[in-house]
Amino acid sequence: MSVTTKNLDEGARGAFARVGTTRVRPGELLRHPVYTRVLHWSVAIFFILSLLTGFAIYSPWLFHWITPVFGGGPRTRLLHPWFGLLFEVFFLFQFLNWVGPMAWKEADRRWLKRLRQYATNQEAIEPEDVGFFNAGQKLYFWLILVSGVLFLITGLLIWFDDVVGRWIVAVSYVIHDLAALVMLAGFIIHVYEGTAHQPGTFRSMIDGTVTESWARTHHPGWYRTEKHRQEKR
Amino acid sequence: MANPRTFQIQEISAHPGPVPGQGTRREEPVCKYIDVSTCIGCKACEVACVEWNDHPFRETTFNDTYQTMPTTEWNYYNLIKFVEDERDGNLMWLMRKDQCMHCEDPGCLRACPADGAIIKYENGIVDFQQENCIGCGYCISGCPYDIPKFHPNTKKVYKCTLCSDRVGQGLEPACIKACPTGCLKFGTKSDMVQIAGLRAKQLREVSGFANAGVYDPPSIKGTHVIYVLHDIKQPERYGLPANPIIPPSYTYWKWLAKPTGLFMGLLGIAAVFFHRVMYGPKLPQPEPPENRTGPREETEAGRKETP
Repeated sequence: MSVTTKNLDEGARGAFARVGTTRVRPGELLRHPVYTRVLHWSVAIFFILSLLTGFAIYSPWLFHWITPVFGGGPRTRLLHPWFGLLFEVFFLFQFLNWVGPMAWKEADRRWLKRLRQYATNQEAIEPEDVGFFNAGQKLYFWLILVSGVLFLITGLLIWFDDVVGRWIVAVSYVIHDLAALVMLAGFIIHVYEGTAHQPGTFRSMIDGTVTESWARTHHPGWYRTEKHRQEKR
Repeated sequence: MANPRTFQIQEISAHPGPVPGQGTRREEPVCKYIDVSTCIGCKACEVACVEWNDHPFRETTFNDTYQTMPTTEWNYYNLIKFVEDERDGNLMWLMRKDQCMHCEDPGCLRACPADGAIIKYENGIVDFQQENCIGCGYCISGCPYDIPKFHPNTKKVYKCTLCSDRVGQGLEPACIKACPTGCLKFGTKSDMVQIAGLRAKQLREVSGFANAGVYDPPSIKGTHVIYVLHDIKQPERYGLPANPIIPPSYTYWKWLAKPTGLFMGLLGIAAVFFHRVMYGPKLPQPEPPENRTGPREETEAGRKETP
């Protein structure tokens, strides 16, 4: 990441921290600062709006259920690309905000090897080398980046179909759909892990804090460095 | 746009469930016959089309040919294409009336994601219903003939209706009525195919066009507008695709992969729900990390069930 974008990201973090607050009570750790939370929900809102308007056009079985919510078929069609663009813009900022901690590490390869044990709750506590994000979260992040780029390229081609040929539109349409289906799969898992599967996680995106036992359980590596930093202070 | 009750509907774009009344009424397939060998390029059909459909006059584009404009437009469904070709070293002026082909397997209808925006009647006419159109433009990429045209103000797509409003009242399409040479005819598909076959035979045997034939491409199960061409081996000379095809995105992908994708999505939601039911939550563990090496307290998730 270049110095300019790093400064931009840090400037935004500071500005948001001055306006908003995160109250960290005893026995809790700060997980997501104000800026991250605002970005996350901006991305989430426009992702869900894009998903709904997109799936209305995707399938005849959903068309009549979803289009009335957005003011009818033509309005749904009109709104979808703009929702998509706003999703792309907010995700770009989220990408800059998170690209550092999302870097792929050797520990993530080990994490993936024990994905089966993770998915079947076989270990109560995550291994020591799981840092701020685990490999699953990192995979989802990079998946959104790839899908986001595909959405943007194919979406623009479908949007401005009068300047490109019919075969380009026909191919883009399939890629756009595939990217949406892959994103949907990731989204379902993401929402499930963040709410029902791991109690205590959802508040990290609302209040910005987690309990120390949560951090020790799910992100021991991050918990250790965080504690270490507090002791030094 | 005809009153939908005039004709029995055969297919509806993006329609979940059966077509109301499908197969309950007999309807003879109709067809427009165009003999390019007797077309004189008078453009009476173009004017008749604009008049019948009450289209405003529009500026034309002059590009060194007799052609009115480069392609058909949202308010210009009918356009004679002038091609300067060669035959035995001499000029051969090809004139072909270009409009919607009313395909038996319509690519526009396959591509359309809006319920009822494109309908096909039992008689073969493919008709756009603009009140249901969402203006996405997929039909344009589904069409092998570059016929549907987007109107930027109404944000709807328009094309030739085969004068379904006239045909529904027992009249022939406006272009047919205006044609002074008889190169345009209208009737049942079987009659038109027979007449076209006779005319092509005449061209082959009497007029010296050895390759004359009828353009009714089987790749889209035939069309409800057929051409008699001097040279059926090279329809590209007239600007017609020899093998018109609908992109597989609108056939296989749309009708096979799309429902599968939707089903997988529902399966995913069911999967996480039952995952929670079967494996339980991952609760924050209260014990400090140094105790982890010792005998761990059995959690709910880890305990084997006993009946």
